[in-house]
Amino acid sequence: MKLNQIVEKKQLNQVVYLMGIYNPAVANKAKAGQFVIFKHKESERIPLTIADCNSKMGIVYIVFQQAGVSTAILSRANVGEQLDHFAGPLGNATNFEKVKSACVVAGGVGAAIAYPIAKTLHSQNAKVDAILGFRSKNLVFFEEKFQTVADTHIVTDDGSYAQKGLVTYSLEQLLNTKQYDCVFVVGPLPMMKAVANLTKEYSVKTIASMNPIMIDGTGMCGGCRLTVDGKTKFACVDGPDFDAHKVDFDQLIARNKTYQQFERHAYDKYCNLLKK
Amino acid sequence: MINTQKTKTPMPHQDAKLRINNFDEVALGYTVQQAQNEALRCLSCKNSPCTTGCPVNVDIKKFISQIVEGDFESAYQTIAKTNCLPAVCGRVCPQEIQCESKCVCGIKGQPVAIGRLERFVADWHAQRQTTQTSTCTKQKIAVVGSGPSGLACAGDLARLGYQVTVFEALHVLGGVLAYGIPQFRLPKEIVENEVENLKKLGVEFQTNVVIGKLFDVDELKNQGYSAIYLATGAGLPKFMNIPGEGLSGVYSANEYLTRINLMKAYLENSTTPILKGKKVCVVGGGNVAMDAARSALRMGSEVHVVYRRGEQELPARKEEIEHGKEEGLIFDFLTNPVKILGKDGFVVGMECVKMQLGQPDASGRRRPEEIPQSNFVIDCDLVIMALGTSPNPLLKNSTPNLQTDKWGCIVVDQNGQTSMENVYAGGDATTGSATVILAMSQGKLVAKSIDEKLKNQ
Ligand SMILES: Cc1cc2nc3c(=O)[nH]c(=O)nc-3n(C[C@H](O)[C@H](O)[C@H](O)COP(=O)(O)OP(=O)(O)OC[C@H]3O[C@@H](n4cnc5c(N)ncnc54)[C@H](O)[C@@H]3O)c2cc1C
Ligand code: FES
Repeated sequence: MKLNQIVEKKQLNQVVYLMGIYNPAVANKAKAGQFVIFKHKESERIPLTIADCNSKMGIVYIVFQQAGVSTAILSRANVGEQLDHFAGPLGNATNFEKVKSACVVAGGVGAAIAYPIAKTLHSQNAKVDAILGFRSKNLVFFEEKFQTVADTHIVTDDGSYAQKGLVTYSLEQLLNTKQYDCVFVVGPLPMMKAVANLTKEYSVKTIASMNPIMIDGTGMCGGCRLTVDGKTKFACVDGPDFDAHKVDFDQLIARNKTYQQFERHAYDKYCNLLKK
Repeated sequence: MINTQKTKTPMPHQDAKLRINNFDEVALGYTVQQAQNEALRCLSCKNSPCTTGCPVNVDIKKFISQIVEGDFESAYQTIAKTNCLPAVCGRVCPQEIQCESKCVCGIKGQPVAIGRLERFVADWHAQRQTTQTSTCTKQKIAVVGSGPSGLACAGDLARLGYQVTVFEALHVLGGVLAYGIPQFRLPKEIVENEVENLKKLGVEFQTNVVIGKLFDVDELKNQGYSAIYLATGAGLPKFMNIPGEGLSGVYSANEYLTRINLMKAYLENSTTPILKGKKVCVVGGGNVAMDAARSALRMGSEVHVVYRRGEQELPARKEEIEHGKEEGLIFDFLTNPVKILGKDGFVVGMECVKMQLGQPDASGRRRPEEIPQSNFVIDCDLVIMALGTSPNPLLKNSTPNLQTDKWGCIVVDQNGQTSMENVYAGGDATTGSATVILAMSQGKLVAKSIDEKLKNQ
């Protein structure tokens, strides 16, 4: 096998893909919560959280949602192809110290990022609940994987599968009956913000995995900055995990829209190019 | 026969009106005739004051006389004895405070254009070079970072026969030369050429490897590297910590320049986006500020350089300031931002306060002081912070035994040795942001130290 070769590719739902990448050094080193940065062909440098690793085989698993040009380029790469650039593991590993009971809350593609968290907690004998929210039934993935490591609750926005509603609905029910050392939340910013607001009422420590726009992932550009507890932090080197009760979500929601117009335009252009 | 011309032989330039529409190199370089004309201005002073002004003591008098003789390859070899990146240094060194500041011709007229001559010789050599190779069989050495300091150290060690591997965090080699200094000042082909030469010499390069994350320093030792050179630069951008810095449309100069230089966001088909401001404020007055400002001009913006001191205090290279002015940069001196104003998450203006210069501070420069109640707003839609950088704490955080000072700079002795056995450091990582030539010279120094240490083992 060649370095950074795609050894596995699976479509988990309409827009979410799983890929196994051969990179023994990264597979050997990566811990839950860390990410890689890839760049392939004309793509940007894009951070992706490591979804799982097989250190014996030297494989790093990434899960990504096809959202813009760069992820579209990646989704079109096939097994056997070598990615041009793959750097990691970056960021700090999630801190699980002293966590004996936890709830892992994830939305959409965030489920992939939440899985190694649940798995690690399970392996250190913590009691783990998982709440996974999806828009509808056909988007659900990783349910069985989660069931092996956590008491898993699925919610769908439209009620087409399992419980209808938002993750906060299920979380509130659990918070009313259980004590957690920590809640871990991964997903779209508005969802993480809602979860943070809820757990604050219950005074339960909450860790959010943040996903700002990045370039280098090493602390060099400052593009990934966010405000935590009134202070500027770089998500790539200070995070990506932060105390959810201290994150300025509104600022990051605005910052993540910086290139919305450009991205839509670039994506349309890319799709037109493919049609030709 | 000496040429008594009082001023430097002019350097051909791309016209200012044309060049603000492209990223091609501004200064086009001397022809043979222009170079020899300029070389003839050298008085061949007995005590070579110019050489004492050069951080690596290039034998300037000698290489200039070789230009006069038309022996350009020998001139190159003279420079290369102490400077392994002449094509880069000829373009980016602050000659006016180094070699040229000591030139006797500068007393009554302009100094000899030493930088331009250095560039001429380096470019001449690059077009005709023969490949140098070397057999690398001695111990394995790891160099961390591929900026000028890392490249210089790697080159010298490979020539001495060591097996050198350079680890670089980014996907492109060259450090600041690749991601920071723009194409119009330092064409990327020059850096690529230097890297290619090192590859031919036998240096191995591994990109996308972040030391401290993928491998730490101890692991490198366990992988059989007998010595390690940390040349990780000073890449961590500073912000002002004023309200509004989190708005969309506020960039660090590093981010703005990285988007342009490394990710080629200025090209029509780039997938890496960049905001194109109508009116851009660049805060700062150094080389980084000039590079960001002149890049923004080329992106089609009206550009203001907002600097808290006066024109005399601008730390940037003189030539860059002059070029920037020709290109239409607007300088707002004695002005300091206090707040960035936003609407719907995007920048719409910057509130500033007027400054005046007070007593000289520790650095000898007069300290800027706020003029009370002089606040005013500059309407703008992009703000680029070019306030300087400090060493990245990433490596330090993963290497607890590595001693750093209160600014995060790695502490080294006069041989470049750190607090850890067989671990050396140099360049911006030890000094904070400085210059290419200093970074390079420390790389060479460490190559020597490593050889001294290992050759008897
Ligand atoms: C925009 C700009 C303009 C400048 N203009 C001038 C000028 O005109 N004249 C002049 O003399 N100087 C100039 N400078 C300063 C000059 O570029 C620097 O002093 C010089 O590049 C420092 O060299 P270095 O090798 O120490 O570090 P760098 O060039 O910073 O290289 C460090 C390299 O190490 C890599 N790295 C960092 N951490 C790790 C890690 N943990 N693992 C692996 N790799 C790592 C980085 O990615 C980088 O590639 C300028 C700087 C900037 C930013
Ligand atoms: S991604 Fe550049 S500093 Fe974090």
